[in-house]
Amino acid sequence: MHSFARNRRRFSSTPISQHNHLDPPKPGEERHVTFITKEGESFTFEVADGDNLLDIAQENDLEMEGACGGSCACSTCHVIVESEDMYNKMEEPDDDENDMLDLAFGLQETSRLGCQVKMSKELDGLVVRLPSMTRNLQASDFESK
Amino acid sequence: MPVHHARRAPYVCASCIRRLHHVAPRITRTYATSGPKTAISAAAERSPRPSLRAPARAVHLRRNEYSTSTRKPLRLAIIGSGPAGFYTAQRLMRQVKDAVVDMYEKLPVPYGLVRFGVAPDHPEVKNCQDSFEEVAASTRFNYIGNVEVGKTLALADMKPHYDAILFAYGASEDRKLSIPGEDLPGVYSAREFVGWYNGHPQFSHLKPELDKGERAVIVGQGNVALDVARILVAPLNQLRKTDIAEHAVAALSRSKIKRVEVVGRRGPLQASFTVKEVRELMQFPKVGFKSTGLRSFYPPEGIHTLPRVQKRLAMVLQQGAPIDKHDHKKRWELSFLRSPHAIHAKKNRLNQVIGNRVDSIEFQKTNFVPDANPFSEDAKVHPTGEMVTTEASMVFRSIGYKSTPLPGLSDLGVPFDEKLGIIPNDVHGRIISPSAGPGNLSAGHLPGLYAVGWVKRGPTGVIVNTMMDAFTTADIIAQDWSTNVPFLNTEKGSDASTGLGWDGVKDTVLAQGVIPVDWEAWKRIDKAERERGKQVGKVRWKFADTEQMKAAAGLASSWNPQKMKATAGLA
Ligand SMILES: Cc1cc2nc3c(=O)[nH]c(=O)nc-3n(C[C@H](O)[C@H](O)[C@H](O)COP(=O)(O)OP(=O)(O)OC[C@H]3O[C@@H](n4cnc5c(N)ncnc54)[C@H](O)[C@@H]3O)c2cc1C
Ligand SMILES: NC(=O)c1ccc[n+]([C@@H]2O[C@H](COP(=O)([O-])OP(=O)(O)OC[C@H]3O[C@@H](n4cnc5c(N)ncnc54)[C@H](OP(=O)(O)O)[C@@H]3O)[C@@H](O)[C@H]2O)c1
Ligand code: FES
Repeated sequence: MHSFARNRRRFSSTPISQHNHLDPPKPGEERHVTFITKEGESFTFEVADGDNLLDIAQENDLEMEGACGGSCACSTCHVIVESEDMYNKMEEPDDDENDMLDLAFGLQETSRLGCQVKMSKELDGLVVRLPSMTRNLQASDFESK
Repeated sequence: MPVHHARRAPYVCASCIRRLHHVAPRITRTYATSGPKTAISAAAERSPRPSLRAPARAVHLRRNEYSTSTRKPLRLAIIGSGPAGFYTAQRLMRQVKDAVVDMYEKLPVPYGLVRFGVAPDHPEVKNCQDSFEEVAASTRFNYIGNVEVGKTLALADMKPHYDAILFAYGASEDRKLSIPGEDLPGVYSAREFVGWYNGHPQFSHLKPELDKGERAVIVGQGNVALDVARILVAPLNQLRKTDIAEHAVAALSRSKIKRVEVVGRRGPLQASFTVKEVRELMQFPKVGFKSTGLRSFYPPEGIHTLPRVQKRLAMVLQQGAPIDKHDHKKRWELSFLRSPHAIHAKKNRLNQVIGNRVDSIEFQKTNFVPDANPFSEDAKVHPTGEMVTTEASMVFRSIGYKSTPLPGLSDLGVPFDEKLGIIPNDVHGRIISPSAGPGNLSAGHLPGLYAVGWVKRGPTGVIVNTMMDAFTTADIIAQDWSTNVPFLNTEKGSDASTGLGWDGVKDTVLAQGVIPVDWEAWKRIDKAERERGKQVGKVRWKFADTEQMKAAAGLASSWNPQKMKATAGLA
């Protein structure tokens, strides 16, 4: 099965023609990042320094919309960092990121925007949780119970 | 925590993958059972792919796909092409792998408030359009623009041809102040002003009187109010490169507005605008900020005691604009605890009206009710009886949008809650009727009828909220479909729908001389807008007239680029 084309770097760009590669990590510089889905499944990827969590998630078909294409303007790439220690190792979110985090659903102490978190040596082994994007569903009146 | 497996992120971008017909490995679980036929061919078997669009790529499915092998393909009509409609389509088409979606839009062009609401200087917000394009590229998706449901096409005529109808038509009106003088010339709704600067065909002839005086007053303290304020004070050389309408650039270049006062009936801790938008207004060169008595609204122990969101907003407000009091050319202001009372034309000393347009707005001062916590977001206020009058050469009401019932809703038994301005629903998006419950005594679901977005929740929420809401609605439609509950045309347990969708109603539309705009036609409009924008140094120069849109799509006989150049962009 193919994955969706993800082309959202520039507003004026035409899809399909755009290339948004994730470069392979240099040997010896492989970083690991784990995403835990809302169903509790976890997926670990080997990625390169500088890759951001939005690109990684989208390249790997994980549920992260990234509506604004990673320009820190939508908060649909909200992730929650599992470990407080790791959170503290990260660069502080800047004002722009915090402004969007203010609008994120289910904000936590260790919330970040995936598009603003870039992998680095310090973040090797990072584990983030993807928050639920929907309500718990209920049965229809018509469903035989 | 179990580690699933370590896998290298693919090094080939998704579009390359697609072009090379290389199959990217899936890693997520799906619930799909792949039958012998592909989803698309199954859908095509039931109803030949509507002639509206040329063959295109399919939307590929991921995550949580439900099997529908026992049923005919789900045929869904979506009314409205804003983010609510598109995000529902996206999610539903991934989950119900043979669902075929027809999206109706009353304008020739798609995207709703993403195109006609989101401010021109927020292009990054509009990037969600890229996602919507991917949805529209599916052969299971048909865009039917320029067809207004309830007017060009009756809901009752659609019903036999669909399994489900999703109402995603947003809010096409706005709330009124209902105070004397509201209809005076020079008083505008934020909705029409926003539509005007964004090139909405309905408002392109507004001609707001920006050159009649220096003072604009905006009533309401939401983000729309700040959008309006920003357009009034932002440097024009920044705005003109955006996709702002050229008629707006022309009119703003003649604007005399120097002071913009944004007035709320409660305090700064109750304002509904968000910090990002306030910060933006503090960063323009030569634009000052003033708010008298701001500190009196904050806890005496200091703003650090406030919850995160309020605290960050308070910090930015207290800091104000980093420009010297005397160095500003324009200024924006915030005033609080003022409830609009009346709008007045100019009067002489004998109190006789001598003007014929707005000259001032009168507010009644308010106060927090005695038992209110003034630091809480939902603190209530009451009037004090004391009046204040503010000079105003323009007044904007920005107190919220409003949804209205679509003509013919009752033909399907769909109620409309006039007070809340929504189609009543069960929070998930199933429409409920007060009389549809067991024995018609209690409220109950209406089979096959769903709502999403602003018409479901009311006119609030940014795109992330609308998206999450759409995902919930998509999930509930998929769940209902997978549990075999009755849908729109289920009669005595069997499905009586023709499944024809658009092909079943097309003739009634065409017979009225209405030319539907399909996705390819929209892409031609899109291309023409970008190209003519490039010529004048803008990211896009929108057509602000439906005839021009259709002409650019090659759908109207009166296509005359020369004539268009001469008339477009004139206020
Ligand atoms: C001025 C303004 C600025 C905003 N700025 C931002 C922002 O910067 N960031 C952000 O995240 N959110 C912003 N929002 C919020 C965002 O636009 C909404 O959350 C979202 O658009 C709601 O989506 P919707 O699909 O429910 O409605 P809409 O976007 O309004 O879409 C409804 C669609 O239905 C169509 N329609 C109506 N009647 C019919 C009919 N009878 N037949 C067929 N089609 C019909 C309409 O033409 C429209 O295209 C802004 C909102 C406004 C008003
Ligand atoms: N940049 C962005 O992200 C952006 C831009 C634009 C819009 N949006 C979103 O779009 C949605 C709609 O925005 P909006 O500004 O139209 O609505 P809103 O956020 O609901 O704000 C409406 C404002 O009007 C006030 N009001 C209502 N009735 C009033 C009355 N009779 N008299 C005086 N004041 C009255 C409200 O005050 P009370 O609180 O006292 O009722 C409130 O301050 C919001 O969710 C907004 O965030 C986002
Ligand atoms: S993708 Fe929009 S904020 Fe990260």
